[in-house]
Amino acid sequence: MKSTWVKRFVFALLAACAVLGATAASAQQTLETVKKRGKLVCGVSMNVAGFAYADNKGVMQGFDADVCRAVAAAVFGAPDKVDFVLTNINTRFQALQSGEIDILSRQTTMTFSREASLGLDFGPTVFYDGQGIMVPAKLGVASAKELNDAAICILPGTTTLQNLADFFRANNGKFESVVFENPDELRNTFFSGRCDALSSDRSDLASIRAVAKNPADYVILPDTISKEPLAPAVRQGDDNWRDIVSFTAYGIIAAEEKGITQANIDEMAKSEDPEIQRMLGVTGDLGPMLGLDNKWLYNAVKGVGNYGEMFERNLGEKTALGLTRGPNNQWTNGGLLYAAPFR
Amino acid sequence: MRVALTPFRLNFRDNRTRGILYQCLCVAGVAAGGFYLFSNVSQNLARQSIATGFSYLWREAGFVISQSPIDYQPSDSYAKALLVGILNTIRVSILASVLATIVGTLVGIGRLSSNPLLARLMLLYVEALRNVPLLLLLFLCYAVIVTILPPVRDAFQLLPFVFLSNSGLAVPSLEWSSDHTIIAAALVAGLGLAFLHARHLRRRRIESGADQSARPLVGALAIVPPALVWLVLRPELNLSLPELGRFRLAGGAHLTPEFVALLVGLALSASANVAEIVRSGILSIRKGQREAAAALGLRPSHIMRLVVLPQALRVIIPPMTSAYLNVFKNSSLAIAIGYPDVVMVSNTTMNQTGQAIEPIALFMLVYLSLSIAISLFMNWYNARVALRER
Repeated sequence: MKSTWVKRFVFALLAACAVLGATAASAQQTLETVKKRGKLVCGVSMNVAGFAYADNKGVMQGFDADVCRAVAAAVFGAPDKVDFVLTNINTRFQALQSGEIDILSRQTTMTFSREASLGLDFGPTVFYDGQGIMVPAKLGVASAKELNDAAICILPGTTTLQNLADFFRANNGKFESVVFENPDELRNTFFSGRCDALSSDRSDLASIRAVAKNPADYVILPDTISKEPLAPAVRQGDDNWRDIVSFTAYGIIAAEEKGITQANIDEMAKSEDPEIQRMLGVTGDLGPMLGLDNKWLYNAVKGVGNYGEMFERNLGEKTALGLTRGPNNQWTNGGLLYAAPFR
Repeated sequence: MRVALTPFRLNFRDNRTRGILYQCLCVAGVAAGGFYLFSNVSQNLARQSIATGFSYLWREAGFVISQSPIDYQPSDSYAKALLVGILNTIRVSILASVLATIVGTLVGIGRLSSNPLLARLMLLYVEALRNVPLLLLLFLCYAVIVTILPPVRDAFQLLPFVFLSNSGLAVPSLEWSSDHTIIAAALVAGLGLAFLHARHLRRRRIESGADQSARPLVGALAIVPPALVWLVLRPELNLSLPELGRFRLAGGAHLTPEFVALLVGLALSASANVAEIVRSGILSIRKGQREAAAALGLRPSHIMRLVVLPQALRVIIPPMTSAYLNVFKNSSLAIAIGYPDVVMVSNTTMNQTGQAIEPIALFMLVYLSLSIAISLFMNWYNARVALRER
């Protein structure tokens, strides 16, 4: 009797080892895995207006979600072949590292130490952001430098926390930090008046202000205390997958530069411009070089529109967020968007 | 009695040999499993080029922790930030345990009251708190504080220089200096001496039967040392008063709503458990004991204090250990309402350094070692109050 118990124990141990061994995902073939699965798995924010939120039909909407849809369209020809995974601010990198998601498209700032020590590769910046501070209008604050001794509500563990500490150290000020892990709890605490200010990326502030009972009660201060280039990230060590994500993003940006929109893309496919022809797969073989169909970029733009359309639909002046293009404009219009050439 | 040891021979038909063999196999299996896990993790991390090791502990943390029992600046290291988190966890756990013990004991005794109204009310208290998840209770406490109390600029002034608002309670505080620390140390030493002397007197009284009243000496022992030190040092008594600045109340001592909500939530939920433990302990004492004590002419309060509770303690202590451990472990829910405990500091560290395994291993180690320390202390205390069999 005793020996059968031992046998069982050894068996269980071996089985556990086998399972653990199998979870070590191989890095090099993300595209193959995605194609075999038939769906892209994309990590997005939890409920951030304009970037990633479920609409009243339960469909994920927002700028970050559309970046994923563009990649799905490039890979499968259909923008809806995406499963969205809501990622926590503290577990987002682990979700990517462990292979749970294929892309992290979650308002994530590209930084040196993240790129160097987290086993990540960032794609091109899709949103140029900066950290700002929002205060209730009735406080009558005009600049962040006046906020000495204020209590500031903030999310933990982001670059935000360190930027704010740096900013106050540089200005010889002090502040009380009130830190919340859950964005809903953060918003409600700020609206209740527990904090004098709320600090986050400016786009995020706009999104929080949009859901306030009366948005006009809050003002976003003019100070931008950091640079926050938000970019999609993939696992390090799979160059092909990284190229696909990067050039889908560049392609969306270049489409706006070339005047290709969701509506006129079939017209544009007949264009004489050789770069447009290459981009839309009329000539050349850019798609197959990435292991994709030659119509990859055609499908992406047809699926979600060009960068400008994505921006206006989710974040632009007609939405609740009401953001202007600012630095997120084409370089030809005085912005920072500058796509690599398609040749 | 001596057990005869048969000489050991390698014989696999022998049960004892087989037993030893199985134990060795078991240990080897666990060790191999542990080693496999460790090497698998380090290999995978290296392959994905993710940084490993504990060297991050000495790097600059760069984030602000607003509630800290020790002096902490953003320019301090991650190790110091972690220490602040540990101290915050310990502080709230100890206070919550003390509160829960006091409230729980009263409620537990109240449940056994002969007054039906009191007994039913206490039953309601216990059932309401025992059946609500702690996380909800914490959110509730926090929401009550933050939404019902006014913002700091319209703070209630309870007494002169005592303000209550949704940023917490602000009270005047002494500007602490090293002189005050010395006086506090002298006070503690004096109280210790007084306690030892009182114990000595009581023993003598029990042995000789004569009441050698020397109470004044006990009092003097407690008061004289700090008073002497006071006269020598003549410290300055400067009060720091909370005053409304542009945004906050500056100066004074502050109790933040995050700390209070966590403390109250933990203490309330634990007090319901403590009440049940105390009740079961009291019920375990036979009725005859009370009746005998009453027959001797003891008052009800004396019966409870001198006869029932000391005996009930033996039944109460072991489950109390687990109640205290629960308070300590549940304090990790602090993260939900923004109190900077060890888990929150570890999470922030994790996110800034990108290293997940090391901070988690560290805070598990902290919880494990402190839990074991609590258990050891409670076991020691349990052995002390255990019935001495004669």
